Amino acid sequence: MSYFKDIFNAVKTLLTGMKITGRYFFVNLFTRRDVITVQYPDNIDTLKMHDRFRGEVIMGHDENNMHQCDACTICENACPNGTIEIIWDKEKNPETGKTQKVLLNHIYHLEMCTMCGECIEACPSDAIEWGQNFHHVTRDRSNLTKSLNRPESILNPNFVKSKK
Amino acid sequence: MILELLNQFMPAEVAFYVELVIIAVVYLGVFALLGLFLVWMERRVAGFFQLRLGPNRRGPSGLFQTVADALKLVSKELTATEGRDKFLHGIAPYFVIVAALMALSLIPFSAELQAFDINLGVFFVTAVTSIEVVGIFLAGWASNNKYSLIGGMRSGIQMISYELSIGMTIVTMTVLAGTIQLSEIVEMQRGGWFIWTGHIPAFIGFMVFMIAGTAESNRTPFDLVEAESELGAGFHSEYSGMGFAYFFLAEFVNMFIISAMAVTLFFGGWLLPFEIGADIPFVGAIIFVVKTLSVVFLMMWFRWTFPRLRIDQLLTLEWKYLIPISMVNIVVMAILVWLGLTF
Ligand code: SF4
Ligand code: SF4
Repeated sequence: MSYFKDIFNAVKTLLTGMKITGRYFFVNLFTRRDVITVQYPDNIDTLKMHDRFRGEVIMGHDENNMHQCDACTICENACPNGTIEIIWDKEKNPETGKTQKVLLNHIYHLEMCTMCGECIEACPSDAIEWGQNFHHVTRDRSNLTKSLNRPESILNPNFVKSKK
Repeated sequence: MILELLNQFMPAEVAFYVELVIIAVVYLGVFALLGLFLVWMERRVAGFFQLRLGPNRRGPSGLFQTVADALKLVSKELTATEGRDKFLHGIAPYFVIVAALMALSLIPFSAELQAFDINLGVFFVTAVTSIEVVGIFLAGWASNNKYSLIGGMRSGIQMISYELSIGMTIVTMTVLAGTIQLSEIVEMQRGGWFIWTGHIPAFIGFMVFMIAGTAESNRTPFDLVEAESELGAGFHSEYSGMGFAYFFLAEFVNMFIISAMAVTLFFGGWLLPFEIGADIPFVGAIIFVVKTLSVVFLMMWFRWTFPRLRIDQLLTLEWKYLIPISMVNIVVMAILVWLGLTF
C-alpha cells in the first residue's frame, strides 16, 4: 500500500513545486513585478546600491572640507593586507599650544583591499566609511592608489572623539 | 507537390533526386533554426522562472542572442585531448545529429507537411531516436577522459531503461489508435484527442511519457549524463566549437521531437478540438508548432522546478514505478478498448 502512497505523495509534491515556480513564471512574464535583476548599463543614472554594499573605503568630508581623521594610524595597523598608509606630521595647535598629529595623506591601495571592513570597524573617530562606487576599472594600476583625504582638507576642530 | 513542379522541366529520375536534396536542405535549415530558437526560449523561460529577464539585448527580446552564440562557436578552434580515438571522436556528433534529423523528418507538421510518412511511423521514431545513445556513448568513450566515459555509461543506462517505458506508453496509445502510421494516428483523433477519448489510461500514459521523455532527452532532472557538478559536462566535455554545438542543438531538437510525439499521440497533432479551422493548409502546421512548444514549455517547467535525481533513484523510478505502471496501463487500455469504454 505504501507503494501507491509514495506515488501519490510524489505527484502531489511535484505539483506543489510546479505551482510555485509556475506562479513566478507567469507573474514575471506578464507584469515583471518580481524581477530582481537590474538592467545595468541602462540604469546607470538612477542606479543606487543597497546600503550595505562595499565598493571602496572613503573618507567623509563635510561642507567646509573637514574630515574627522586625527592620524591615529589604528586603521593602518588593523588592515590585514597593508592597504592603508598614513602619512602624518606633528604640528603645534595654535589655540591650545599643544603638539598634535596632523594627517597629511591617507593613502589607500584599492588594488590590495579585500573589502574586509577591519579598518572601518577599528577607526575610533568614524572617519572612514564604505563608498558605493564600483566603477574601478582602469588601464593603469597606479590609478588605484588613492588619497582618501581631499587636498587642503583639515581636521574638524569641533569633532569630539568617541571613546572606543 | 515539389516533385510535380520539378517534373515539368527535367526527367523523372533527376527530379526525384533533386527533390530529395531540396527536402534535405530544408530540413537542415529547420533543424538549425529550431535548435537556435529553442535555446533562446529555454534561456528566456529560465530567466522568468528565476526572477530574471534572460537574454534581452540582441534583437527583439534577445532573439538573436543564440545566433551570435552559434557564430562564436563556429569561429572557435577545434581542440581535442591527446590519445583520443580520432575517428570515433570525430564521428560521434554526427550520430546524434543524424538521428535527430531522421526523427524530425517523420514528424507530421500537418496533413501535407510531412517529409516521410511511412506506415511504421511510431516504431521508426523510437528506433531512430535510440541511435542517439550510440553517438553519446561513442563521444564518451572516444574522448579518453574518465568523466566523459562515466557520462557515456550513464547515458547508456538511462536511455536504455527509459526507452522501455516510452515504448510501452506508445504501445498503449497504438492500442487505442489501431495504427502506427503517424498521420493516421492524427486522423483518428478527429473526433476527439486521445487524451480525452482514452481518458484515465491515456492520462497516466501522458505522465509516464513526459517523465520518460525528459529522461530520454537528458534534461534536468535527469541530466546525469552531463552532470555539470560532478562530471564537468559529461560526454561532451572534450568537444569544442562545432562539435559541442552539434550536441547542444541536437539535445534541444530532441526535446522538440519528444514533445512533437506527445502532441501527435495525445493532443491531436495538427487538429483543433471540434474541427475548428481543420484542413486549411498552413494553419495545421502552426497549430502543431504551438502545441509542441507548449509541451516543450512543460519540459522547461520541469527543469527549472525539480532537483536532479541520483543514479540509483533514477533506476528505482524507472524499474520500480514507471515500468509496472505502464504495463498495467497497457492492460487497462486494452480492456477499455475491448469493452468499448473509450469516448
Ligand atoms: S577594508 Fe580591510 S583590506 Fe581594505 S583597507 Fe580596510 S582593513 Fe584593509
Ligand atoms: S581613519 Fe580613523 S583609524 Fe585611521 S588614522 Fe584616521 S582616525 Fe585613525
